[in-house]
Amino acid sequence: MSAILIIEQILNGLQFGVMLFLMAAGLTLIFGVMGLINLAHGSLYMVGAFAAAAVAGWTGSFLLGLAAALAAAALAGAIIEMVVIRRLYSAAHLDQVLATFALILIFSEGTRWVFGSFPLFLDIPEALSGPVTLPGGIQYPLYRLALIAIGLAVAVGLWALIERTRIGIQIRAGENDREMIGALGVDISKLYTLVFALGAGLAGLSGALVGAIQSVQVGMGEPVLILAFVVIVIGGIGSIRGAFVGALLVGLTDTLGGVFLPELFAVFMETSAAQKSGSALASMSIYILMGLVLIWRPTGLFGARI
Amino acid sequence: MRIEERFVNATVLVGLLGVPLWALMIEEPFTITLATRAVILALAAVGLNVILGVGGLVSFGHAIFFGIGGYAMGILAFHAQTYSELDLGLFSTSGTNSMPVIWLVAMGFSAFSAFLIGLLTLRTSGVYFIMITLAFGQMFYYFAISWPSYGGEDGLSIYVRNDFPGLNTLVPFQFFALCFVILCVVLFIYARLQASPFGLALNSARQSRARAETVGLDPMRIRLLAFVISGAITGLAGALFADLNRFVSPTMFSWQLSGELIVLIIIGGVGRLMGPVIGACLFVALEHFLGGFTEFWHVFLGLILLAIVLFARGGVIGLLTGKEGAHV
Amino acid sequence: MSEAILATHHLQKRFGAVIATEDVSIDLRAGEIHAVIGPNGAGKSTLIKQICGGIQSDDGWVELMGRDVSKLNTQKRARAGLARTFQISELAMEDSVLENVVLGAMGAKGSPWQFWRAALKTPHLIERAEAALERVGLLSESETRCAQLSHGQRRQLEVAVALTLSPRAFIMDEPMAGLGAEGSKQLTTFLDGLRAEAPILLVEHDMDAVFALADRISVLVYGKIIASGTPDEIRASGEVRDAYLGDTL
Repeated sequence: MSAILIIEQILNGLQFGVMLFLMAAGLTLIFGVMGLINLAHGSLYMVGAFAAAAVAGWTGSFLLGLAAALAAAALAGAIIEMVVIRRLYSAAHLDQVLATFALILIFSEGTRWVFGSFPLFLDIPEALSGPVTLPGGIQYPLYRLALIAIGLAVAVGLWALIERTRIGIQIRAGENDREMIGALGVDISKLYTLVFALGAGLAGLSGALVGAIQSVQVGMGEPVLILAFVVIVIGGIGSIRGAFVGALLVGLTDTLGGVFLPELFAVFMETSAAQKSGSALASMSIYILMGLVLIWRPTGLFGARI
Repeated sequence: MRIEERFVNATVLVGLLGVPLWALMIEEPFTITLATRAVILALAAVGLNVILGVGGLVSFGHAIFFGIGGYAMGILAFHAQTYSELDLGLFSTSGTNSMPVIWLVAMGFSAFSAFLIGLLTLRTSGVYFIMITLAFGQMFYYFAISWPSYGGEDGLSIYVRNDFPGLNTLVPFQFFALCFVILCVVLFIYARLQASPFGLALNSARQSRARAETVGLDPMRIRLLAFVISGAITGLAGALFADLNRFVSPTMFSWQLSGELIVLIIIGGVGRLMGPVIGACLFVALEHFLGGFTEFWHVFLGLILLAIVLFARGGVIGLLTGKEGAHV
Repeated sequence: MSEAILATHHLQKRFGAVIATEDVSIDLRAGEIHAVIGPNGAGKSTLIKQICGGIQSDDGWVELMGRDVSKLNTQKRARAGLARTFQISELAMEDSVLENVVLGAMGAKGSPWQFWRAALKTPHLIERAEAALERVGLLSESETRCAQLSHGQRRQLEVAVALTLSPRAFIMDEPMAGLGAEGSKQLTTFLDGLRAEAPILLVEHDMDAVFALADRISVLVYGKIIASGTPDEIRASGEVRDAYLGDTL
């Protein structure tokens, strides 16, 4: 096994990780500020991907597609927040789960209705296609590098937004004490809509970015959603920093496990059996990681200690 | 208009038995199969209702047990069908076609997995519990897909339905009757359990954990046992479901199925004896009629669900009897 | 002097920089009511949780009948003989009054592990539960859903549940809160008789009740016991007056 392969896989893991972070950041923010568990976050990811594919296909511009993804997902987020989600903040978790599950059904089937069951394709823009040579002579797809850069940029931007701006102060106040933001003279319902739309926009953005390397289809959001749940459980609900660390851990574990576990098993097993058990175990690796974190710290790495 | 819950319950059971009887007379075997599907889904949801309705823990991973039950049937019947050995290290078996044996294995494995998963997940509650059970469900799903011995992603077909002594299970009505009797027995057990000291303890730990602890009860152990019972019942339903379709696949582990089981309970009424049964009947009816009308019937299911959550807490039983569902 | 049933030794708890309790050593002897008073935020709630379980103390230990129970969780301490009532009622609101008390009766027997016979048809549970309801005067409400009880009735129910445990010691967190004059008077009479059964650690704001009932009073201010003694001694203490009682007396 070569060092090049290892570095390549680490980069793949990072790329997967930062995209998960875009999903998980919105989820954890929405939970932290509004106390809401939003299963429909995966639908917003899908909305972003479809909007990007449609607009990019129509205009031929990937950038316009990305802008459309952000706008469509944020808009969809704002609308469902105002029509449905808003009524759920004080409701039991079961109601939140059910209502947002209902939203998944509506979004998924509605999208199938409009776009049909066949996957759409979103092409990687010309300027970012093809490989690039990294120091050490490693050939790596430029687009994936760009994804890592965008993901890190969004992470920094979010950090700045929350630590350095007025809205950030209100968000942090909302996480600590819901009554306090009322006392600060903030229009809570506007703040909530804004936070929800922000989370939705991030989900839509990651849907569009990932859509260009996978296919854009109905149901693409939920597996990512559940991975994002694993990320927040590991990182601690409500913690953006936890979401970042958790996302990278999950991204790296999943990618590296998928490649190296079968190889590892081949050391002491015959090849076909090693392939079988290695890939089966790899498919479970992130959940095992989650289980270990739970045993060690039931509220996650950066979660509030009970 | 307020109707006695007992009356609603009796009507539902009579209706659930009556429809297939009628179908038998006019020779509509497909309707009998639909009714069997409703009965089995109801059984799975009754299992979930133990931990969700009485215990107040929203398990979004109950498809795990449904799938384990399904694969217990699939694997045992597969070895019996291919005359191959299933080597388990300590001993080996050539599988079986006997339903009672399959049920025991299905319930045993489901209960054991529920015990292990419960040990981990019940340390948490609320949103953590929802997310973690959802994640564990996904783990089983991907495991089933990536484990090639039993069909992997494509699943496993069993060509002949398994045997039950004295019945010809391939006759739709006989298989229906078998499932119906099992459902009735489990409903009876559920009712006893709910009224027993154990049920009372579980129920009050949902409403106030501090109260249960202060009188010396251990919520964790009580919930763990409830989770095990819950998993075993859903596992049994999974084995029956696999026998109904004569097919198992990783979709039995899917998160959508976990979600649908919760939906069944909500439609009927949370924590109510017959809530899951009513929910399953309505769900199967909707699936059949709306599904025949439009391919996109899930949109309407979604809208109905939203309406129930936002406006009709307590589900159908709540609407009919004026009683609220359990608060979870 | 009789043996202490319950004793705390040098209990301490900090939350970050905030000291909730510091070096709290109090005891509760057979047959007495020992009241703990103090201003809001003095650490009374923390102290109760340190005694009954729910908060791990940073330092110090709790003895019940001479046995260190500090390492036990809430439910084990309850089974060892501590019965706590809550300031804000912790009851199964969807259940009937009887079911709530039966739950206590079950806990006292340490056995929820019965799966077949209905709890409400189990004679020994019902007897125990109804006896407790009778004593607090709630027997006529046994079928009522807890959510429909008045505030005062819920307080009575809290006490009834504690009675079913036949505890070694009662820990009562502001049982008079929100009761009104008549209710307070009734409960005062009731607690007066209860002390013979098991001693009561009474955390209470109602000074009339405290001075009418208590054999001893400890004053908790900023997490520390600043004075401890008979009601007369406390009334006379200048330090207590300055720190807490002010001119309310």
